[in-house]
Amino acid sequence: MSGALDHLPRLLALVPWLLAHPDTPVADVAKEFGITEQQLRADLDLIWMCGLPGYGPGDLMDVVWHDDRVSLSNADTIARPLRLTADEALALVAALRALLGVPGLVETLAVETALAKLEAAAGGAISGDEVAVAVDAVTDPDVVATVADALATGRRVHLRYWVPARDEATERDVDPIRMFTSEGMPYFVGWCHLVDDIRTFRLDRALAVTVLDEPVDVPAETRQRAFDKGLFNPDDADRLVTLDLDPSARWVADYHPVEEVTERGDGGVLVTLRARDDDWVRRLALGLAGRGRVTDPPDLAADVRVAAGEALSAYRTILGSG
Amino acid sequence: MAARRTERLLNLVICLLHTRSYLTADRIRELVAGYDEAPTDEAYKRMFERDKEDLRDLGIPLETGTNSASDDEPGYRIARRDYALPDITLAPAEAAAVGLAARMWSSASMSAAATRALRKLEAAGVEVAPLPEGLQPQVEASGSAFPVLAEAVHDGRRVTFDYRGAGDAEPVARTVEPWGVVWWHGRWYLVGLDTDKSATRVFRLSRIVGEPKPVGRAGVVTRPEGTDLRTLVSSYDAASPASVAVVRVRHGKGLGLRRRAVNVSAGPPGWDVVEVTYPDTGRLTDQVLPYGADVLVLEPPEAVDAVVSRLRSLVEDTS
Repeated sequence: MSGALDHLPRLLALVPWLLAHPDTPVADVAKEFGITEQQLRADLDLIWMCGLPGYGPGDLMDVVWHDDRVSLSNADTIARPLRLTADEALALVAALRALLGVPGLVETLAVETALAKLEAAAGGAISGDEVAVAVDAVTDPDVVATVADALATGRRVHLRYWVPARDEATERDVDPIRMFTSEGMPYFVGWCHLVDDIRTFRLDRALAVTVLDEPVDVPAETRQRAFDKGLFNPDDADRLVTLDLDPSARWVADYHPVEEVTERGDGGVLVTLRARDDDWVRRLALGLAGRGRVTDPPDLAADVRVAAGEALSAYRTILGSG
Repeated sequence: MAARRTERLLNLVICLLHTRSYLTADRIRELVAGYDEAPTDEAYKRMFERDKEDLRDLGIPLETGTNSASDDEPGYRIARRDYALPDITLAPAEAAAVGLAARMWSSASMSAAATRALRKLEAAGVEVAPLPEGLQPQVEASGSAFPVLAEAVHDGRRVTFDYRGAGDAEPVARTVEPWGVVWWHGRWYLVGLDTDKSATRVFRLSRIVGEPKPVGRAGVVTRPEGTDLRTLVSSYDAASPASVAVVRVRHGKGLGLRRRAVNVSAGPPGWDVVEVTYPDTGRLTDQVLPYGADVLVLEPPEAVDAVVSRLRSLVEDTS
C-alpha cells in the first residue's frame, strides 16, 4: 500500500472515533490506533487543515485540546466510520465463527447474535457459511466453561487430568492464570499445586474439573512467567530429538512444533523437535512404527526398539506362536 | 509530500460526501483544496484519475452521474448511505465476543484487518469493555491462502493452487471451484469441486504451497443445493466409527482408549478387555501402537496383523 492508502483510512476512522470518545488522553488514542503520540499529533494537525470547500473557520474541522486530552468538532460530514471492507469483515466474522468452534469459552448465543449483527452491518461483504466452522466435539463444553469461569472469577480448580505421556490419570489443584486455544484446541496454564510449578493443560484431557472456593494465589512474577511461556513451553533444557519420517508420516511436522525440517528428497522429511519427556517420544515413535523412526539421540532410538520388542513378545504370547 | 496527498484526498471525500448534486471534474478542481497544485489541465486530469482510483481501492463508493438530462458531462459524489457503516448496537456480551474475536488472529495481516474493523465499530459507538487478560483464544490463517480463498468463495470464482497431499512428494497443481472455507479442529479447509477430477474434494490450507490464484470470471461457481460443508470436512478428517474392536488393556493404562470405550470387562489378572469403535484398520492401528505392550489388539485379526507387522518393522529397522 502507498502512504495515502494506509493513511486515509486511519484518518477516516480517527475522526468518528474521537467524536465518539471526546476528551480522551492523547496517549490512549495513540495506543488504540497503534501509532506513536507524535504520529497522532501529525494526524490531528492534518485533520485541523481539512474540511468543507471554502475552508474558512466554520468549514474546517476543529481540534480542541484540554492539556493532554483531545476532542474534535465540526466534522459532521465524516462523523460515521466508513463501512467495513471485505477483509475487515472477514477477519472479524471468521474469528467469531472460530470462537463458536470451542463451545463453552464464551456465551454461544452472544457470539451468534453478534455474528448476525455484523453480517448485516457488513452489507454483503461476507455472507452465509462461506466461512464455516465445524464444531469440536472432543472437548466437553462444560469443562471449558468451568475453567473459563474460574479464570474470570479468580478461583482455584480441582482437576482430574489424563497425562498421556505416562498414560495415567492425576488429581491436582490448579490456580488458572491464562486460557488459550492453539489449532482450535483449548488449553489453560496455571500454577499446579501438585508439582509446585507452572503447567499447561489440554482441556480435552481434563476428565473432570470443579471450581473450588479458594481464590487463586499466584505471585505477579509467576503470572508473568506463565504469560511469557509459549504453548508447549519448549525449554532449552529439553532434549533435541531427530525423527526420520516417510511421506506418510509428514503430518508429524504439521502437528508438533518442530525446530527444523529438512526435505529428504523423496517426500519424506527429517525433523528436529524439543521433547521434555522421553515417554512422549517413545509413544510417538511407537505410533509411527514402519513410517518413521528416531535417529537421534541413539539411546532413545534403542529405547523405542526395546519397547516395540516387548509389545511383539506380548503378541507372540497371546497369539501362541513362536 | 505524502501528507499533502492524504490531505487532498480527505478534503475530496468530505466534499463529495457533502454535496447532494454531482460535481464535475472541473468543479472539483475549483472547490477542493490541493488541486490548485496541478500546473496544467493534463496534470490535473492525471492527479484526479489517480485519486478516484485510490478511493475506489479503499472501498469508498464513488458514484458517477449527471444532475439533469441536459448535462453531458458526468459528475461525482459519494452517497452517505453507501459510505457509512450502518447503525450497529451490540449488547455487552456481544461486544465482548467481538473484542475477543478481534485479537484472535495470529497472522499479522488478518490481525491488522480485525483491529481496523474493531476501531470502526468503536467509532460507531460500540463499547468494548476490557477483556480478561488471561483469555487468549487464537485462530491461525495458515499463510496467505485464507483471505484469497474466502474472497474467491464470496465472488464465486475458480482458483488454482499447488497442493501437497498427505503422501505427495511434490506439490500438484489443482483447479477448484470453491464452495466454502471451514475451520475444523484448528485448521482451515477448502471444500469444492476439483475440476480436473470432477469430484468433491477437501483441501487443507496449510498444505497449499504458495498463494492461490483466482482465475476466470466471478459468479461462475455455484455450490450444489444441499451441500453440507461441515460434514464434508469432518468426515474427511475422521471417517465415522463403524466397527468394534476388542483390545486388552493393562489396569490403569490406555486411558485415551478407555474414554472412548463402548464396553469394559475383566480380562486376565492385571488386564481389562475394552471394546472401542474404529473407522478403519489403519486408524485403529495408529491409535493402539503408541501404548506398546500396555494395549494389545485381540480383534479384528487384520488389525492384529497390521500392528504386529508394523512393530516388527520398527524392531528390524536399523537405519
